[in-house]
Amino acid sequence: MLKIEPRKNRSNFLEVSAPVIAVILTMIFGGFLFLSMGKNPFEAIKLIFWDPIMSPTFSEYSRPQLVIKAAPLILIALGLSFGFRANIWNIGAEGQYIMGALFSGSIGLALYPLDAWFIFPLMILGGIIGGIFWAMIPAILKIKFNTNEILVSLMLVYVAEQILALASVGFLRNPEGLGFPGSRDLSKYPSASNPELIANSGIHVGVICSFIAVVFLTYFLTYHRLGFQIKLIGQAPKAAKFSGVNVNYIIIFCLGLSGGLAGIAGMFELTGPAGLINIDFNVGYGFTAIIVAFLGRLHPIGILFAGLLMSLTYVGGELAQFMLSIPAAAIQVFQGMLLFFLLSTDLLVSYKVSFNLGTNNSNPKSKSE
Amino acid sequence: MSDKGTILKIKDISKEYPSVKANDSVSLDLEYGKIQALLGENGAGKSTLVKIIYGLVKPDSGRMYLNDMEYRPKGPQDARSKGVGMVFQHFSLFDALSVFENIALGLDNILEKKELKKQIIDVSSEYGLSISLDKIVGNLSAGERQRIEIIRCLLLNPKIMIMDEPTSVLTPGEVSDLFLVLQKLSKSGMSILYISHKLEEIRTICTKATIMRRGRVVKNCDPQKISATKIAEEMVGTSFSSPKKSKIRKGKECLQINNLSFQPSDPFGIPIKNLNLKLHHGEIIGIGGVAGNGQEEFLSLLSGELKPSNGSLFFNDEDITKYNVVERRNKGLLSAPEERLGHAAVPAMSLTENCLITAEHRMKLSKRGLIDYRISKNLSDRIIKKLDVRTGGSDALARSLSGGNLQKFVIGRELIQNPKIFIVNQPTWGVDAAAASSIRQQILDLAKEGAGIIVISQDLDELLEISDVFCALVGGQLSSPEMTNELNPSRLGMLISNSIE
Amino acid sequence: MDFSDINFSLLIASLIVAATPILLAALGELVAEKSGVLNLGVEGMMIFGAISGFIITIETKNPWLGFLCSSIGGMLLASIFAVVTQIFRANQVASGLALTLFGLGLSALLGQSYTGIKPVAFPDMHIPILADIPVIGIILFQHDFIVYFSIFVVFLIYYLFRNSHFGLIIKAVGENHDSAHALGYNVILIRFFTILLGGALAGLGGGYLSLVRVPQWTEGMTAGAGWIALALVVFASWQPFRLLIGAYIFGGITLLQLNLQALGLEINVALLSMSPYLVTIGVLVFMSARRNKNSLEAPKSLGKTFFGL
Repeated sequence: MLKIEPRKNRSNFLEVSAPVIAVILTMIFGGFLFLSMGKNPFEAIKLIFWDPIMSPTFSEYSRPQLVIKAAPLILIALGLSFGFRANIWNIGAEGQYIMGALFSGSIGLALYPLDAWFIFPLMILGGIIGGIFWAMIPAILKIKFNTNEILVSLMLVYVAEQILALASVGFLRNPEGLGFPGSRDLSKYPSASNPELIANSGIHVGVICSFIAVVFLTYFLTYHRLGFQIKLIGQAPKAAKFSGVNVNYIIIFCLGLSGGLAGIAGMFELTGPAGLINIDFNVGYGFTAIIVAFLGRLHPIGILFAGLLMSLTYVGGELAQFMLSIPAAAIQVFQGMLLFFLLSTDLLVSYKVSFNLGTNNSNPKSKSE
Repeated sequence: MSDKGTILKIKDISKEYPSVKANDSVSLDLEYGKIQALLGENGAGKSTLVKIIYGLVKPDSGRMYLNDMEYRPKGPQDARSKGVGMVFQHFSLFDALSVFENIALGLDNILEKKELKKQIIDVSSEYGLSISLDKIVGNLSAGERQRIEIIRCLLLNPKIMIMDEPTSVLTPGEVSDLFLVLQKLSKSGMSILYISHKLEEIRTICTKATIMRRGRVVKNCDPQKISATKIAEEMVGTSFSSPKKSKIRKGKECLQINNLSFQPSDPFGIPIKNLNLKLHHGEIIGIGGVAGNGQEEFLSLLSGELKPSNGSLFFNDEDITKYNVVERRNKGLLSAPEERLGHAAVPAMSLTENCLITAEHRMKLSKRGLIDYRISKNLSDRIIKKLDVRTGGSDALARSLSGGNLQKFVIGRELIQNPKIFIVNQPTWGVDAAAASSIRQQILDLAKEGAGIIVISQDLDELLEISDVFCALVGGQLSSPEMTNELNPSRLGMLISNSIE
Repeated sequence: MDFSDINFSLLIASLIVAATPILLAALGELVAEKSGVLNLGVEGMMIFGAISGFIITIETKNPWLGFLCSSIGGMLLASIFAVVTQIFRANQVASGLALTLFGLGLSALLGQSYTGIKPVAFPDMHIPILADIPVIGIILFQHDFIVYFSIFVVFLIYYLFRNSHFGLIIKAVGENHDSAHALGYNVILIRFFTILLGGALAGLGGGYLSLVRVPQWTEGMTAGAGWIALALVVFASWQPFRLLIGAYIFGGITLLQLNLQALGLEINVALLSMSPYLVTIGVLVFMSARRNKNSLEAPKSLGKTFFGL
């Protein structure tokens, strides 16, 4: 059996190395997965982790894609991580992402074809409001009735998907689209589009926003009172109450932050890479961001790297799909594995673990004086 | 039934934990049909030793013999099957389950419901342990809960029963009931190992005592033939100066509690009923009573963590009933709850960070919401110095400190903020004697500087020593205040049992 | 509006069929939660059960073997959760989410070449005599084995927690794992068992979805059924018979919604499709608002990690 004791002091080395170990373990087990599918594991791993950045043939396309896919993941995961720290489990970021896109899209489409500078900022605002609005439903229900936010936020994803479907074939449908579902292409509407800022770099306003958010939220988490209070609630709710933390305020803040960031991510995606509102607009960034948040150990800087890494598995996964016809679902399995290994290695960070063989009673410690 | 002879022989048991040698070659003989005491301060190694006997902990070295046979329990189940039962200090009961279910869970062999009910009724009537089987345990008093534990233990027909601090949560009335039961049991031939640090109790019912200090056995004696002072000296080792209570001049009234009531939402919570109390500058009010009578709720109502359902609070004639925790703290009303890890302090945070929990506003550790960790570290350093907290420094995690040192830190964190009113629950619980006496001295010094203080404690000696006025909190109700120096033991016993006039 | 097209007894009978996957999954989760384990991976275990059962049925043409394998599949996935949360002591909420993401991916991977195929039909069991009673016969006595089995499990779990010693131990572990440990019960082993049982039932529920209820394989076909099962456990206050009622009410809503869509009413399809999720939220709010007054039901150690200290 495992013998587990809390560590007396924090180990920075382990906090950084645990995710690295998890990634390596995922590569090994992922390799076996690819092998079992009859693919060359080394080639597959190389295609996923190496070629998108370094290969002369692929990197020209892949590098910008890397940034484009990382931006929404980082934005959403940043918001989620604050809530997760405080044990507020918003797992409906996907719905908030959709609502952000719908709100901002509605604004843009309503003003079409007006040409004005204020349209883009207004749409950003719309994205934030859309995301926050959707996140406030579980927040308020949790505060008022103590309703479980996990289930409510998740149910709202399905509701948002239906609204998205409704919009694509109904109120936001392109009047010139010959009856096909989907809205006008916003990326082709100059006042509303979110274009690449530097050619072939993949960098758009959303990417810059996500980097700014990382820096700002790192500072906020470390130095702002709210950042401290969030950690307090997560680690010792009773101590937080004793300290005078207003738990309801923190619930509103955490869900609002994650909703707003998911909404803004939806807005940038809509006006840039996606272009238009359609039934298949959302591709699961809201769920993958949960993995990103944990992979980044709920810390903004960690999330930055985790977002890039996760984006790499997407982009590399596409390559592997293209070159070795490894299905996209395999990449999802791969990502799921990564999360499992990560959660398991977490034990090493905060606890000292040793094996003691031969006894079947885990040794009770700590309470003996 | 034999009078003489050893049933359990413990030889040279040692157990070492990373931070401490809990048992250092301990030997002990438990005799047939005796109530034998195991004495010692907190941290002397008593709990570790009994956990070894009960199979919860494996010793590093040493041997045990039960009836001259080698005894090496694989786990509690094995220990029970060999006739060793245990009644825990913190009851291992399940609040949401019924009395019957709780007893059934403690048995190793599964019995027919009817048969088990019959056995329970037999045992409880034989030893006068009255109990009703269908009640939900969460609604029972500490005494009733202990009875369940004892019945559960007796149903296994043990030859040895270990009792870990059995009276720590009982009222004086319940204690004498328990003693009657124990005496009946020992007459019927059972050996009882009685763990306590209360000398008077041991002198009442035990005929043999083993005294432990810092993991070692320091003395075996007959407690009825040796003076309490002598035993206390053996337990503590060195003598400590007890705090000096200076003659205080009672100042102006600083806190007025009017008809304070609280209705808990938790079905197992304790309601507070119509509390009235006046606290003056320079005065220490001691609130005595057994755990689970509303102590935690009382402190939380004063600190602002709980909202009263009725009543009002006045601080220097200002109505603070509606003030939240932070506003009360800013006024100068500070508090230190009983639970150190998780309530007063966060285990996985450094001492610097732990300072922020209560001192952020009063000590200006933040500016416009931004925390200045340098000021906070500075404050933490000062607390460590002032209270002589033994730790690696302000960067050490709270959980790395020993109980006593963390308690010093937690109390020091409030004291350094110059409270006008200070409310503390169990200031010296689980703290070694030296630290306890230094904490008490700090509390007395604070009163001398003019603060009004409420000390909630289950340690009556402590309250008699430092408080000016005494009240008992029983079942969420407060007795009327009485001057401490006019109290005698029997009056005190009446107050903290249930006889409020 | 014209409702006369909807045959009442057939509607009730198919309501029971619609409710069975959720009922099975929720029963499994109920047992796990009673032991203090919050497994948010129900959705993942269900869909993995759905595909494992489907593949085996297609390959062997034997739906019985398919159902067996769907519960084994659910159990396999649950065992990952058990190892991660019980041995590596990982956070249950995060691990459950991981399980759902993992299960969705793995099932999509395995099911790629199985879309659009129809499995062998699973026969209904007409119970002699009883099945011929008008109305009631159609509603209650012409179902397949799994429907009866799910109702049997309701009774079984009721008995488990009402009368059996083992059920009492599970409850004790869920109420207070430290006390249970102090009494010498192996908390981790018991939780391992309940997690695996939960996985088996969720897998079976998933299998019923792909083999009987739909019956074919589509990616992500559980569409939140696992999450609704989680909500049902809260709705039922951890009581098996309330769970039965809740599942059937929910099955009714799903079915009504589908029937209304089929009738081509003026109500928007999207609005109807979102109704089950909105109803779930409504039920959760109603239950949690009520529970404030009486918070006795939820196991005290639910979702907490046992460190065995």
